[in-house]
Order: sequence, then C-alpha cells, then structure tokens
Amino acid sequence: MSTQPIFQDKESDLGHKAKWWTSRAVIYTILIFWAIVCIFPIYWTITTSFKLQADVMKGSIIPWLEFDPVWNGWRSLGLSPETIGASSTARDQFLGRFTNTAIVAFCSSALAVFLGSMTGYGLSRFGYRFAWMKNNDIGFFFISQLILPPVVLALPFLILYKELALLDTHLGLILLYTLSVLPIVIWIMRDQFIAIPPELEEAALVDGQGVWGAFVRIILPIAAPGMVAAFVLALVLTWNEYFLASLLTSSSAATLPAMVASQIGSQGVAWANMAAISFAAILPLLIIGVLLERFIIKGMAAGATKG
Amino acid sequence: MSTGDLIHVVSGESLSERRIRAGRILIRGSFLVLVVVALLQIVNALGLAALGFTDWQPTAIAYVAWCVALCVGQVLIRGETGKRILFVLPSALFVVSLTVIPLILGIAIAFADWNLSSPTGPKFAGTANIERMLSDPFYWNALGNMVWYCLAIALELAVAFGLALLLNAQIRARRFFRVAFLLPLMLSPVAVSWMIGRSLLDFRAGPVADLMRALGWQDPAFFASPELAKITMSVLDAWIYIPFMMIMLLAGLQGLPGEVIEAAKVDGATAWQAFRKILFPLMLPVVLTAFVVRLIFKLKLADLVITITSGGPGGATDTVTSFIYREYRDRSNVGYGTLLAMFYLVIIVVGLTLLMRGLNRWMRPYA
Repeated sequence: MSTQPIFQDKESDLGHKAKWWTSRAVIYTILIFWAIVCIFPIYWTITTSFKLQADVMKGSIIPWLEFDPVWNGWRSLGLSPETIGASSTARDQFLGRFTNTAIVAFCSSALAVFLGSMTGYGLSRFGYRFAWMKNNDIGFFFISQLILPPVVLALPFLILYKELALLDTHLGLILLYTLSVLPIVIWIMRDQFIAIPPELEEAALVDGQGVWGAFVRIILPIAAPGMVAAFVLALVLTWNEYFLASLLTSSSAATLPAMVASQIGSQGVAWANMAAISFAAILPLLIIGVLLERFIIKGMAAGATKG
Repeated sequence: MSTGDLIHVVSGESLSERRIRAGRILIRGSFLVLVVVALLQIVNALGLAALGFTDWQPTAIAYVAWCVALCVGQVLIRGETGKRILFVLPSALFVVSLTVIPLILGIAIAFADWNLSSPTGPKFAGTANIERMLSDPFYWNALGNMVWYCLAIALELAVAFGLALLLNAQIRARRFFRVAFLLPLMLSPVAVSWMIGRSLLDFRAGPVADLMRALGWQDPAFFASPELAKITMSVLDAWIYIPFMMIMLLAGLQGLPGEVIEAAKVDGATAWQAFRKILFPLMLPVVLTAFVVRLIFKLKLADLVITITSGGPGGATDTVTSFIYREYRDRSNVGYGTLLAMFYLVIIVVGLTLLMRGLNRWMRPYA
C-alpha cells in the first residue's frame, strides 16, 4: 500500500492559485494606471486654478504640502468668495460665453434628436423610394454626411452667413451644429427603432390611432433612453466644438472653447486663470459624464452591435 | 433590411378634389413667392433698382417657408402616404439645403481669386488656384501628415481593445473604471490643449517632464523635434478618442455569446489562442466599424493642432484642417482655402469609398 493519498492536487493546479493572483495584480495595475492617466489631467486643471503663478512654474502637485491653495484663478474670473458679490466684467463675459455655449449646444442637440428620431423611425418602418434611392440608400445618404469635414463647409458658410446676416448669431451656429451631429443621431435612432417590434404600433393602429399618433404615444416613450443617449452624445460634440465656432462667431455668440483658446495675454499665459476657465468649461460635461454614463455608453454601443 | 413597409395601414380615406388642389396651390404659391423675392433681391443686388435690402434674409425666409409648404403639401395631396413622407422629408430638406447649396457655392468660390481683406471682391481665377495647390509644399506636407495620423489609429485600436477586454473581465469597481476611462471624451479639446498640451507637458514646469527626467530621459521637450511633436500630438488625440473606441468594442464584447469562449477553454485553448482564433474573428466587424468611425473623426483633427503648435515645428504637426484654418485666418484667402478643402473632400470620399469596398469584399468574399 502506498502512502500517497488518493485525491491530490496536481502540480499544475497548485500553480493555478499563484497564477490567478498574478493575473489579478496585472489587471488591476493596468486599470489603476489608466485611471490615473485619465483623471490626473483633470486634477491638474483643478489644482492649477488655485495656484499662484510661481507655484505653477515650480510644477507643484500636492496642495497644502507643496503650495498653499489660493483663489487665484477664480478671483480673476470674479467667481471667488471675495469677488462673487461685487460686479465684475470678467465674470459677465464668462457667463455670457457660458450661456451662448449652453443655448447653442442644447438647441442644436434637441433639433438633431427631433429630426433624427422622425427620420430614424420612418426609415425603420416604411419603404421609401426617391428617384433611384430606396431606404438603405436614403439611410446611407444621411449617415454618409458624417464624413463631410467641417473645413469643407466652413468657408462657404462664412460667405453665405455674411450675406444672410447670420454671422456671430446663435441661429447660425445651431444650424451648422445640428447638421454635423444629425448623422450620428439618425444612426443611433434607426437602430433603436429597428429593435422595437412593429406589432406594438399595429395594436395602436387597430385602436384607431394614426401613424403619427402611434409614433408619439407608443414608440417615443419606449425609445426614450435611446433619445437621451443620442442627445447626450450630440451635446458632448456640440459643447466642445471649436473650429466652426472660432470662424463663425466673434463676440455676441462666441462659445466657451473659443474663449478658452483666446486667453493669451500680453505677458504670457495666466495659468491659474486659464485653468479656472478650462475647468468651468468642462465641468458641465464632467457632471453629465458621471451621471449619464449609462446613456452615453448605450448611444455609442448602437454603432457597435449593428454595423 | 427589407424595403417594404413594416406597418400597413388600411384607411378608407378618399382625398377630396379640393384638398389636393389646396395642396398644389400651397406648394406652387410658396415657390412663386420664393422666386419673386429672390428676383427682387437679385435686381437690388445688381443695382438695377434700389429696393432697400441690406442682406439676403428675405430670400432665406421665403426658402424656409417654401420647405414648410412642401412638407404640409405632401400630407394634403397624398394623405396617408404623405404622412409617412413627413417622417423623412424635413431632415432631407434640412441636410440637402445645408450641404448641397454650400457645396455648390464652395465649388464656385474654389475657382475664384477672392481675398476677403482686399476691397476688390471675387474674380474668376480659372486654374490659378489649382496650379498654386499643386506647387504648395505646405499643403502636401499636411496631407502627408494626415497619413501618419491615420496610421496611428491601429495603435489606438490596440489600446482600446485591451482596455475593453479588461473592463469586460471579472473586476471590482467596474463602474468606477468605466466612468474614469470615459472622462477624456467629455473634455473640450481646446481645454485639453491648454491644460495638458501646454501646461502638463510643459518642458520646464510640467509634471510629466519631471517624471520623464526622473526616469532618465535627459531632454523631454515634447514639441521640439518634428518626429516627437507628431508622436505627442497623436498621443494627445488618442487620449481623447480611445474611450470612444473602447466603448464600441466593449459593447461588442458584451454582445458575444459567452459559451463560445467557454467551449474554447474547455477544449484546452490557451488565452492567446482563444483570443486569436475565436474572440478576434468574432469581434472583427465591430473592430472595423470602430476603425472607420475613428478614421472619420481623425480626418477632422484640427483644434488640438491649432491651439498647441499651430502646425509647427516646421509644419510637422500640421493637419489639412489646421493649414486651411491658418490660410484663412492669416491671409483671408477664401478662394484658395476653399479649393484646398474641396480637394481634401474628394480625396476623403474616394479613399473611404475604396476602403469600404475593400473591407466589404474582405469580410464577405463570396457575397
């Protein structure tokens, strides 16, 4: 009789546990490293807005230890505790730009979702025929607008808007921004509607509602998460747009990215000020990103599952 | 996707003669108004009669009114079918008006000698702009740079795929990592240019430069030499858009049937074999979609370059868009700039069409 136990762990199985732990360690190291890569620049922006110019030049990182935080950047924006009560032209200018960005981004995203939902629904349900184009061609026509680089439209629009007195107006920017995000919205919404079975409207139609009644009362509520996804994605793209805004606006309709880009004073960059404006410009989207992350992912996933 | 209707409506409606006539009158009437307003404005613009127009807004308003009338008219004339057309017609009119009209105008401008700062206005230039483009080393340099920028997408895809795999693995705090990885996409590229490109990566005071020195790199000047500047710019752009590809790939991974991978493991495949032979082929359509979408965004790359380097050093980081932007900003040269943009559009359309054809054939060789 051998003394060897009948059930024993094989050499390879014993090694398994150690291997498992190493793989865990590697996975989390990479994850944490990349999380730092993503978050540190935002941290740097926030802290820089509380630094004196000398601290910026020293490259200090940790507040209270390496530098004493002061309201340096926010004071020049008129948004620090001491200056918030007093009137400030810098603050008025900043708030004006902020409102412009909000108006333009929200209106163009809403318009794009409005038009895009109708189009996506129509293309997913009815057979159209326009000249030689059928549904797939019409859908491709809309989505292919995505490849149109803004630079191609920029100069003709500059001249067109000059003649139409639309330069430096909200409406001018809203039209162009809607045009630029509409393809993505149609893409997302068409996928949403294809996933909804047409039997649902058929029931509504039997109940005596029209096509539009069924669309508004039955389908839109079901597709609402998809609409939020499309809206948020459009909002991100339009809120951050810089190229067209810098060409087509000058003062009354200028947006935040254009303001951030033009912050160079005569004696170099006032970094704390720049950081404060940058942070205020990205803060709304940071909040949206954290709160509505689910929807953003849903929106972008639409393209992945249906190629 | 089938081309027939998925929903059938049986409506016993018979459209009255008057309703159809009303629809026709509405469309034709509004078109007539548009023509009259446009003619009046042309007369005014040519100086034949002073009618007191200062801009072309009346024509634009008449055009919008005609578009609305066209939509309403469809419902009046065609009834149920018109209501269906109404789903797509507004977007179609919107897109066609805002792309076709400017593109036609753009083609006209492209062949004009037009400097906005000179008082003479546009002159027909014939092929002068084209000749100038053919011998413009900076434009061709920018086009060449675009090739390098686009090649960098392969690396971005690899990183994004890796991150998507990690996020898809059994990990804790998945939501935290997902949100954190998504954040760069939310940031305004202009803010990124300033706070990362010019502050964080600053040669003297930036913490990244300090880190690099600590790691033994003597001279971490990220935008000084042409090659390094191009790489740094690509890395910055990748940092913003990797989340985009990562999310698409993650969605693809989550849509895969889990049993397939399990089966491969049971059959004794190593992790690499399972990835190479099973996971990657299954993911290929998603990877290609992510690649094409990313390519489209990459071809628009401009704001980082405009804000950080203005194309320097020596044009090493220039993109087509940033080059045309400077051509307009510095020299107000509308005609030449538009020609460059139009030529770029032709390259993009031809290139992407060939690419899509090729990919389609590769994916479905027998279809």
